Amino acid sequence: MVDSQTKIRVLIAKAGLDGHDRGAKVVARALRDAGMEVIYTGLRQTPEMIAEAALQEDVQVVGLSILSGAHMTLVPKVLSLLDEHGLKDVKLFLGGIVPDEDKPELIKLGVDGIYGPGTPTQLIIEDIRRACQQL
Amino acid sequence: MPTTLAQAVIQGERLAITRALTQIENNSPQGNMILEEIFPHTGQAHLIGVTGAPGTGKSTLVNQLALKLRHPPPGERPPSVAIIAVDPTSPFSGGALLGDRIRMQDLAGDPGIFVRSMASRGSLGGLASTTAGLVQVFDAAGFEIILIETVGAGQSEVEIASLAHTTIVVEAPGLGDDIQTIKAGILEIADILVVNKADTPGSENTLRALRTMLSLAHPQLTEMNHHGEMMKAEGAAGAAQDGRWTPPILPTISTTGEGIDELIEQLQAHRDYLEKSGEWQIRDAARLKNDLENLLGAALRAHWESSISQNDYQKVLARVISRKSSPGKAVEELLRGAGL
Repeated sequence: MVDSQTKIRVLIAKAGLDGHDRGAKVVARALRDAGMEVIYTGLRQTPEMIAEAALQEDVQVVGLSILSGAHMTLVPKVLSLLDEHGLKDVKLFLGGIVPDEDKPELIKLGVDGIYGPGTPTQLIIEDIRRACQQL
Repeated sequence: MPTTLAQAVIQGERLAITRALTQIENNSPQGNMILEEIFPHTGQAHLIGVTGAPGTGKSTLVNQLALKLRHPPPGERPPSVAIIAVDPTSPFSGGALLGDRIRMQDLAGDPGIFVRSMASRGSLGGLASTTAGLVQVFDAAGFEIILIETVGAGQSEVEIASLAHTTIVVEAPGLGDDIQTIKAGILEIADILVVNKADTPGSENTLRALRTMLSLAHPQLTEMNHHGEMMKAEGAAGAAQDGRWTPPILPTISTTGEGIDELIEQLQAHRDYLEKSGEWQIRDAARLKNDLENLLGAALRAHWESSISQNDYQKVLARVISRKSSPGKAVEELLRGAGL
């Protein structure tokens, strides 16, 4: 019996001018197979579009994929817009190419997890479940 | 300041709307309370269903439709538009990939639009069991047009027809021969038929097959469509004739927006027809009856589940699996055991 119960809802977004979405799709698929509801928004999302989609979809988690190197610009913008929409409790996960020296700053800003190439999807799934207190 | 979530919904607060949608989707007790409180404020919106096979371009069509509705000719006030897009839940993992937003990026940044994706969560009729509840939230929040995009439906996912005032069935060229068009099911529920991707080769054949199908169901159309000049004939077909609605067939190209203005005209014409003919009230009554019966069915089941032990259930199930008892017989026993 598939009953309607609380499901983890995740927004997967490609932020900025970056058309490489293979990683985002792999993660989206893995989360789906882990029983989550994944809203995939497609390419070239502005921070405004991402925050608006997070509000309309009432997701617990936003997964941002950035391979363009613009994370230090895009991430603070997304975080502050989420705040503005009253979505302080939404978790933000970041995937893509992020140099080690940027990571402490991003975590301080409020990013809940950063994943580079080769991360096992199981790790991401577990982190999301823990963040949503379903583990 | 609104004191409850439901009141904030009625005042159109977007954070309240999104939270209410989640509660109702999760079937929570709070969700039921919200539905109760907003119910008197529902019944205003024009509910438009968009259904059709996967890949016919439903999401792109919905995107264009919402875009054009929000940008009417000068002097006209744009209606507020809510969109509920349903995609399938995996029967294996219970998860879902909801991808309809990908085609709706043009709608971002417009405060008069609210797009919500929804997983079917095990329902088979092309909608989720709580879709009707989500519709009520948008209705109570004052959205004037609610577009409901179903799961990419095959032939018998016709639940949308009992929810929507106007059902658009989207076809695309190359999806089977003309016999498909006279089968029962999805084509029967169309108030408006759209042949999308009308710029692809073969679209003429699809249009012709659908016209033939309609001419069987609505004979007065035959003459009008007989000698070329198809476009004109279709325009006239939409209007109610002899007090009856004849579904118009509209070619569209969603990627460019071609044919969408005509579609909006026909949506308005269908709404006028519903209101003038009294069909609006009839459909409304049918929808509420349907809602009531669905809720009653679910409540009866929940009532039964709470009154039988898991142990008894497993025992009966084991007898069915070992073929000692037929499923029909087992149901009788289970109902007796539950004291119904």
